[in-house]
Amino acid sequence: MARAASPLMTRGLPIAVGAASVIGVFGLLEALLRLGVVNRYIVPLPSDVLLSLERIIVEENVLARMRETAYEVVMSGLFTILVGVPIGAALYRWRPLRRALEDWVAALAAAPLVLAFPLFLVMFGRSSTTVIVMSVITGLAPMILKTTEGFVATRPVLINVGKSLKMTDSQMFWKILFPSALPLIFTGIRLSWTFVLISVVGIEFLINLGGLGQLINDLAERYDLPGTYAAICFVILVSVVFFVALERLETWLQPSR
Amino acid sequence: MAATKPVGARAPLATTSWGRTGRVSARSTNVIRVCFVLGAAIIWESLSRSGLLFRDVVPSLVAIVASMGKLLVNPAFYANLQVTAWEVAASLAIGGVAGIVVGIVLGSNKFLARAYEPYVYYLAPTPRIIFFPVMIMWFGVGIASKIALGALSCFFTIALSTAAGMRGIDKVLIRVGRTFRATPWQMATKIYLPAMSAPVLNGVRLGFGTAVITALLAETKLSNQGLGFMVMQIYARFDMPTLYGLLAIVFLIAGLGNLLLGKIAGGART
Repeated sequence: MARAASPLMTRGLPIAVGAASVIGVFGLLEALLRLGVVNRYIVPLPSDVLLSLERIIVEENVLARMRETAYEVVMSGLFTILVGVPIGAALYRWRPLRRALEDWVAALAAAPLVLAFPLFLVMFGRSSTTVIVMSVITGLAPMILKTTEGFVATRPVLINVGKSLKMTDSQMFWKILFPSALPLIFTGIRLSWTFVLISVVGIEFLINLGGLGQLINDLAERYDLPGTYAAICFVILVSVVFFVALERLETWLQPSR
Repeated sequence: MAATKPVGARAPLATTSWGRTGRVSARSTNVIRVCFVLGAAIIWESLSRSGLLFRDVVPSLVAIVASMGKLLVNPAFYANLQVTAWEVAASLAIGGVAGIVVGIVLGSNKFLARAYEPYVYYLAPTPRIIFFPVMIMWFGVGIASKIALGALSCFFTIALSTAAGMRGIDKVLIRVGRTFRATPWQMATKIYLPAMSAPVLNGVRLGFGTAVITALLAETKLSNQGLGFMVMQIYARFDMPTLYGLLAIVFLIAGLGNLLLGKIAGGART
């Protein structure tokens, strides 16, 4: 009888190989740079980038910048939920409205809305409000679509139970439809908050304002190569942690899935 | 004596507006759409003429439509459109080919997928525009840096869709290919790609959207050609009706491109 492979071999080994490859690529790059094969004025030494992480955290006020970005992300995310969930519920309740507008909302998700940032600069000035308003618009479409999808996915038997118990519209919504739609609403929150983070950092970078996006722009304009790379690595790290946290939160809030 | 219900009769269900089903005619859908557009236009025009808001922030629809007309007969618009279209096409070709190759490799080998797919998966939702300074250092300030950034943007989406599509291929088809001793190239072109065309095309459609957004944003940051550059030029002149008009045209072009790729992906699914 064939023996089942141990979890260490099936899971641990590939992870170790993946991590070793990444370290190996950076090691090779370090060697190529030190040998002069790759130009140091274009790509800094990975060891310099690693050392610059501490410098940018201490000298560039990264914690304050992170607070600013976090504030913009949280505000935009909350507004996305406050606006998106009621619109999603309305699209579910009025089917003709859903038939007419759902495709347009989906098209909104794919439209390069962020290109309209000069318009918002004129309307709200070069401020956090511009970043928040633009990010809300960017994150709205997935929130609306997933909320509607959640309500549509409610099992008809549950709705019939509510009807047979002669529930009012309000009871039907709060006791049957909303709890049933919650798993997909959480998926919508995860997607829209991911869109919001991308938008916030992107707009900060483009208009050179505020938090982590501006940090990259500042360092690039100073031609601080190790600093720029370190700041990019830092933002990637923050994005990955944020994304993993959202995923974990989604799983924790809906253990049945 | 009060009338009693016969045994076994169903109690009437409460009438509630939630959970109603039934057909919605195409006519009523179109009427709602027209009403929605007209309503939005009336509100916009009223706001523009009311004087409540700064006139340049909410310009008249007449001025916006007139500016769109002027843009469409302006040769500079087509020259910039051509640059952006070239950037997006090249991005999609480079990022698409790389994404499909990586997707096939990750989707066909469990060990490699466990080793490397988490990196692709977790890097996919990062804000790609922040790589622009790096791309400028590597490829200069011309269109090459925009193409590289666009390719990087669409790579992740296409790679993940292809890997997922690869894992969804019917195992029987793969066994048939192996029985015929197909070479890796034959397996890729005769079995894998035809069997997973729908998820790959869907990934290309999503990749197209990210490539368009990234290329346009990169043009707004540092460029001397392209539609993103044109947006910033118009913004610098504070010509708001033309800015609205150009943005409307860009959204329309991006939407049509997305719709076309969606139709192709839908055709592959059926």
